Amino acid sequence: MRRAVDRMSREIVERLGGTDQLVLMGIQRRGVHLAEMIAAAIGEAEDVSVPRGTLDITLYRDDLMAVGPKPVVGESKLPPEGVDERAVVIVDDVLYTGRTARAALNELMDWGRPARILLCVLVDRGSRELPIQPDIVGRELSVLGHQRIDVHVPELDGELAVVLEEREAT
Amino acid sequence: MTRPTSGFGKDLVGLEPLTAQQIRVILDTAEPFKEISERRIKKVPVLRGKTIVNLFFEASTRTRVSFEFAEKRLSADTVNIGASGSSVQKGETLVDTARNLEAMRIDMVVIRHWASGAAAFLAERIPSHVINAGDGAHEHPTQGLLDILTLRDHFGDIEGLKVCIVGDVLHSRVARSNIFGLLKLGAEVAVCGPRTLIPRGIEELGVEVFTRVEDAIEWSDALNILRLQLERMKGGFVPTLREYNRVYGVTLPRLEAAPRELLILHPGPMNRGVEIDSDVADGPHSVILQQVTNGVAVRMAVLYLLAGGAPDLAESAKSEEDV
Repeated sequence: MRRAVDRMSREIVERLGGTDQLVLMGIQRRGVHLAEMIAAAIGEAEDVSVPRGTLDITLYRDDLMAVGPKPVVGESKLPPEGVDERAVVIVDDVLYTGRTARAALNELMDWGRPARILLCVLVDRGSRELPIQPDIVGRELSVLGHQRIDVHVPELDGELAVVLEEREAT
Repeated sequence: MTRPTSGFGKDLVGLEPLTAQQIRVILDTAEPFKEISERRIKKVPVLRGKTIVNLFFEASTRTRVSFEFAEKRLSADTVNIGASGSSVQKGETLVDTARNLEAMRIDMVVIRHWASGAAAFLAERIPSHVINAGDGAHEHPTQGLLDILTLRDHFGDIEGLKVCIVGDVLHSRVARSNIFGLLKLGAEVAVCGPRTLIPRGIEELGVEVFTRVEDAIEWSDALNILRLQLERMKGGFVPTLREYNRVYGVTLPRLEAAPRELLILHPGPMNRGVEIDSDVADGPHSVILQQVTNGVAVRMAVLYLLAGGAPDLAESAKSEEDV
């Protein structure tokens, strides 16, 4: 997985032709940690400090009434540079239905007018419900509907790993 | 007709029926909402399509505007109704007013009323969510919550904190909400004022009573100074305002005599020179305007938590969050 993160970091720089306008926005919670890892990798390779922010999409979900509010909403934080005219890379762990990415796009748009936005995910598990595709992918996995994919990050789970679980029948 | 709730029940009538954990969840939820009001575009879509009626039977600037900002920053549609200029003036009952509003398909009512128990009365009779924005001398839960949030911002923890509520405790719904909330979170609470303005038997709630403001100041980490509610006093409670200020006013010399620096709260509107002197209200330890800022965040948190879906699904949503 470590190699996948390094490759994604290189791909981001390649796609943007440098790091000048780059801003990384991690989606709470594991996307935030992945964004940190990518920022560290880019920082090391390019000798720059990459601006970072966080997005919590809870308040932009389309299913609040169906699932109920999350008692504690995570922090959304803009980098001090803002997002106007920047190349913003949204970082998340797993891309599935695309609804989280949709919510993240809306939240970003409420904050400003980025010059462009890329979507970067560690795992693409398919089964999209919206016309949204990632730009940079760590790994593509085909996963059945009853299985779930968890990404573990060192800060929260003690390791960097992708874990496949059989979801209990509900 | 029942509506799904988020485990907080349908309504917020007071802090007395809440658990410590529920209060903490509201305060923790308020934290990220603070940031929304600092954005350039102060709006998130979470309550889009919800209709909220602000039903204010009593004068209010701060609370009404604060609720309205909170509602609008969550993208709800809002209507404000005051007692004057509405059918209330024509003698319509509270329940009839609310039922007529419900017939227009609303989702929530925020109610301020002069009668203690008005919010609970309404909550039992209409299926919409009801939020108490102050009912008589009963409770003003969102004020209690924002006071506690402000204390927590400053002190980090409520447990063991010594908070004294000074002044017109008798007429104060703010005092009652503060007492219930603070005690549940493990604070020590005292009240201070002339005996005529302290409800008989208040010690039974577990609060200490001071009759000298100097003693209260010596004991406390923070003072929550209440407004002398002149409009509710039919006379005989205090001799004169000047004498009240001389005996119970929180003044700079009194604070300077204290063994530690006290945090100063006031729910507003202030009677400057009566219960609080200007140099205290505007002084470095006053967090009175911070309270107002926190009020919007706390009300956003309450609206958000009440408006949500079914509680049994909230848990499963958590495990889905990475999806």
